[in-house]
Amino acid sequence: MNGAREEAAAHAPRPGPPLWLLLELTYRCPLHCAFCYNPTDLGSIGEELSTDEWLRVLAQARSAGAVQLGLSGGEPLVRKDLEAIVAEAHRIGFYTNLITSGVGMSESRIAALKEAGLVHIQLSFQDSTRAMNDFLSSTRTFELKARVAALIRKYRYPMVLNVVLHRLNIDHVEQILGMAEQMGAEYVELANAQYYGWAWLNRAQLLPSRAQLRQAEEVTMRFRARVDERMRIFFVVPDYFETRPKPCMNGLGSVFLAIAPDGTALPCHAARMLPGLSFPNVRQSDIGSIWYDSPAFNRYRGEGWMKDPCRSCAERSMDFGGCRCQAYLLTGEAENADPVCQRSAHHHLVRQAVEQAERTASGSTGDTESPELIFRN
Amino acid sequence: MMGEVSSASRPSIRERFRLQWEPVQAAHVLLYPEGMVKLNQSAAAILTRCDGATTVADIVADLERTCSATGLGPEVCAFLEHAVRQMWLELRE
Repeated sequence: MNGAREEAAAHAPRPGPPLWLLLELTYRCPLHCAFCYNPTDLGSIGEELSTDEWLRVLAQARSAGAVQLGLSGGEPLVRKDLEAIVAEAHRIGFYTNLITSGVGMSESRIAALKEAGLVHIQLSFQDSTRAMNDFLSSTRTFELKARVAALIRKYRYPMVLNVVLHRLNIDHVEQILGMAEQMGAEYVELANAQYYGWAWLNRAQLLPSRAQLRQAEEVTMRFRARVDERMRIFFVVPDYFETRPKPCMNGLGSVFLAIAPDGTALPCHAARMLPGLSFPNVRQSDIGSIWYDSPAFNRYRGEGWMKDPCRSCAERSMDFGGCRCQAYLLTGEAENADPVCQRSAHHHLVRQAVEQAERTASGSTGDTESPELIFRN
Repeated sequence: MMGEVSSASRPSIRERFRLQWEPVQAAHVLLYPEGMVKLNQSAAAILTRCDGATTVADIVADLERTCSATGLGPEVCAFLEHAVRQMWLELRE
């Protein structure tokens, strides 16, 4: 097996630069979202990188050609050195994006971030309480987001909202969009939860039914027609309802590089789960050698690793066989086709999950017989 | 602000965009939220001159001087109009 892996790496095509760098500055977060994609074994993750270590990562990644920078977590505002990291990133030529829940944002921090050169903020909406059904009636959440949204506008940032949808809030899309409009949102991404990390544990609870999805899409289309260019709305369907897989990360190791809080370098923020790979750490290796030379980053480059049906599929250069993490989670083997694909021998596993969601959703509105949601802790 | 491109317009890169030279790609790129456009030489030559102070007429004259060419006006204007539609540029009179 190892021999085959090394051979695959040896034949992997040399990729372009890691254009997109995501720094997960911390896994610490004041929220406890049941759909969080952070690892579920947070206790086993090593110590967070220091400020100097992050600055070194920025410099090395920039030399390797990275241009877009995402700063996320956890909640990146937990890091007191966020401003220093942004300032250095901006100075050396990164386009800086902050992905935040807004918890911990104050006027003095946003002023400092603006001064440091931060160009973009994506404010995400999620429920911080354990009463998921109170999503919209949670005034505390609403007031916090409204306050942060006002700061974002005051500091002349584009107003970009991201809302994770799932069975328990998808019926409220109209109210969510109304709230976004009230806050002056220019872009709203309604992204259905993707089933990794905590969301994977809670899939039976979070996957919406077809009817819910259809209804939410119709509401979105009507809203879109009314607000026109003033507010752009993107609706991301959960891929479980598709018959062809997403071109996940444009293929692992092609443009995207994530660095976890402990310095682990990953070709996708969820990839830590993939078996048999030893992901390099920025404490031991530099970004250039991690990106171009490490076996973990070469493992799924090109098509040498593919099995049937991907290997002989006419669409393999468009979807790259879908998502390796999803293939692993559902089939136990990362080299299998993403079972979202109709041509996968495991496609029935996706269909079954959707059917189960249909049954649960139509059974009782109170969900009294569903398994308990597990909140991130 | 969204008006037609005229010879008196003073185009500038919008605040949300960042135009820079990328040695690794050997090209100018225009960065925007979650995206990047790699510019060809002529697009880069035009956009790097859009400083909000220089008029379209002066940009054309400068390009014609630099490239030892004439009659670049229509081509430059067509590209500027495209860039305005893409929301890369804003125009001041």
